[in-house]
Amino acid sequence: MIEAHLRLQRRDFRLEVALALPSRGVTALFGPSGCGKTTVLRALAGLERASGRIALDDEVWQDDAIGCFVPTHRRPLGYVIQEAALFPHLDVRGNLDYGRSRAVSESSRVPLDAIIELLGIGHLQARRAATLSGGERQRVAIARALATGARLLLMDEPLAALDAARKAEILPYLERLHRELAMPVVYVTHSMDEVARLADHLVLMREGRVVAAGALADLMARTDLPLSRLDDAGVVIVAEVAEHDELHGMTRIAFDGTSMWVGQTAAQPGEQVRARVLARDMSVTRQRPTETSILNVLPVRLDSIERDQSTALLRLQAGAVTGTGGWTLLARITTRSLDALELRPGDELHAQIKGVALM
Amino acid sequence: MTADTWTAIRLTAELAGLSTLLLLLVGTPLAWWLARTRSAWKPLFASLVAMPLVLPPTVLGFYLLMLMGPHGPVGQLTQSLGLGRLPFTFAGLVVGSVLYSMPFVVQPLQQAFEAIPERLLEAASTLRASPWDRFVSVALPLARPGFVTASVLGFAHTVGEFGVVLMIGGNIPGQTRVLSVAIYDHVEAAEFDQAHRLAAGMVAFALIVLVTLYITNRPPRDDAEIAR
Repeated sequence: MIEAHLRLQRRDFRLEVALALPSRGVTALFGPSGCGKTTVLRALAGLERASGRIALDDEVWQDDAIGCFVPTHRRPLGYVIQEAALFPHLDVRGNLDYGRSRAVSESSRVPLDAIIELLGIGHLQARRAATLSGGERQRVAIARALATGARLLLMDEPLAALDAARKAEILPYLERLHRELAMPVVYVTHSMDEVARLADHLVLMREGRVVAAGALADLMARTDLPLSRLDDAGVVIVAEVAEHDELHGMTRIAFDGTSMWVGQTAAQPGEQVRARVLARDMSVTRQRPTETSILNVLPVRLDSIERDQSTALLRLQAGAVTGTGGWTLLARITTRSLDALELRPGDELHAQIKGVALM
Repeated sequence: MTADTWTAIRLTAELAGLSTLLLLLVGTPLAWWLARTRSAWKPLFASLVAMPLVLPPTVLGFYLLMLMGPHGPVGQLTQSLGLGRLPFTFAGLVVGSVLYSMPFVVQPLQQAFEAIPERLLEAASTLRASPWDRFVSVALPLARPGFVTASVLGFAHTVGEFGVVLMIGGNIPGQTRVLSVAIYDHVEAAEFDQAHRLAAGMVAFALIVLVTLYITNRPPRDDAEIAR
């Protein structure tokens, strides 16, 4: 458990947060720029001095009540920023060794070979930082942070400086990191896409405060948060690959007793995949549609309606109808349709899912 | 060249070498502090360091003479410590040169330290490097061009020093009679040939030093790219 109670007063900015982050998986700090997410991360690292208390499990890093402040270089953490910050006077190997030779302890020293392999940077070792591409630089920076034997990895918009192609190049490595390392990661971003792909937990921030915090799937499925007003609002599903339809290039994924067809993935049957279903890719009908081109149609119960001028956001309960647990979908429809169909909470509907994005 | 001239050359080299060494020792922490501090005192200290740039050397020499003289506070201190008096000694010249050449060493170092991006030092601290470790393993290597410039300018400027030397060192062969004073002597004695030989040597020395400096301190391409 990572606990942080932080207060900070600047001229035109006030930060006041209380966080209790799980010590497993990736926690995303998400919010618009200027909401204080980077400040929180810097305070966790000890690079910024906020007042309050910070503890990682039973290890206290800061407690103003007893005048305790562990300086950054004594906190067992790794820190990766947007600009990578590789040392220009060292080659890649030198950068990696810099972190490794200062590792927390001999026993916590992670085998460098494994890290190099994990991030695919073996062929870069003799290169200077300046000759690397943005994506390569970032991978080296992550490897360097891991080499210290850190117990917590802090990442501040590690992909923000990269173009779409470089992001696509590095995201698989982050996903691998997520799968293969037990280390907790706190990940600052303003990209919903990165959150959906990487995060297990989400902390929504706004103007120096925490708006909501919890499991990613739960928060994404809520209609009362700023998330639901984003154009790419939608839910994230963790499913298992069930089968491939080679003929049509499709894959069936299954979860919670339901299954959906998605574009074919390289993942093998039995492997876990993440899928994202956007609210804008959903429509609802009262009768079960027949002879439709839409592959994924699910029986759902209308849970709640969040209405504004021209669109309405429907919260739909799937699974519950068939009595197998239950999970939530969001659908954005026009208020004109809402009124024409006279939808009310509790209605039994059919959700048509136009697109499911595997991540 | 006469033995006297050789003595003057050797003395000048010793003075410049020792002064440069001391300046690097004193100037490095001072430059580091000036580069990183947010203290309200920074402008005052930066100005004090820069004073020799605008003050006539005679003014500095005059006050040093007063301070280090038998009735000055520094003079009293050195005498009570059994070190004797500093004026008109080699040690006195070193003290004067260190003060007078200070800006030529501190300013290039300060600029080099200021050019190091904060994020690299922060990165080092997140890689578990203590403040001293960060200074040695990141700041010093990245400030290398600044050290080259500082050493060369500090050395060359001490070689070229005249006013302060004359005020606190006088003209004692083998003790305080450095090249610049020797040239002055030759001119006074109307020995223009000798004066010319030494003066031309100084011109060549200055030119060689500066050309070497500009060549060695051209940043390699990839370092320049990182500094963006």
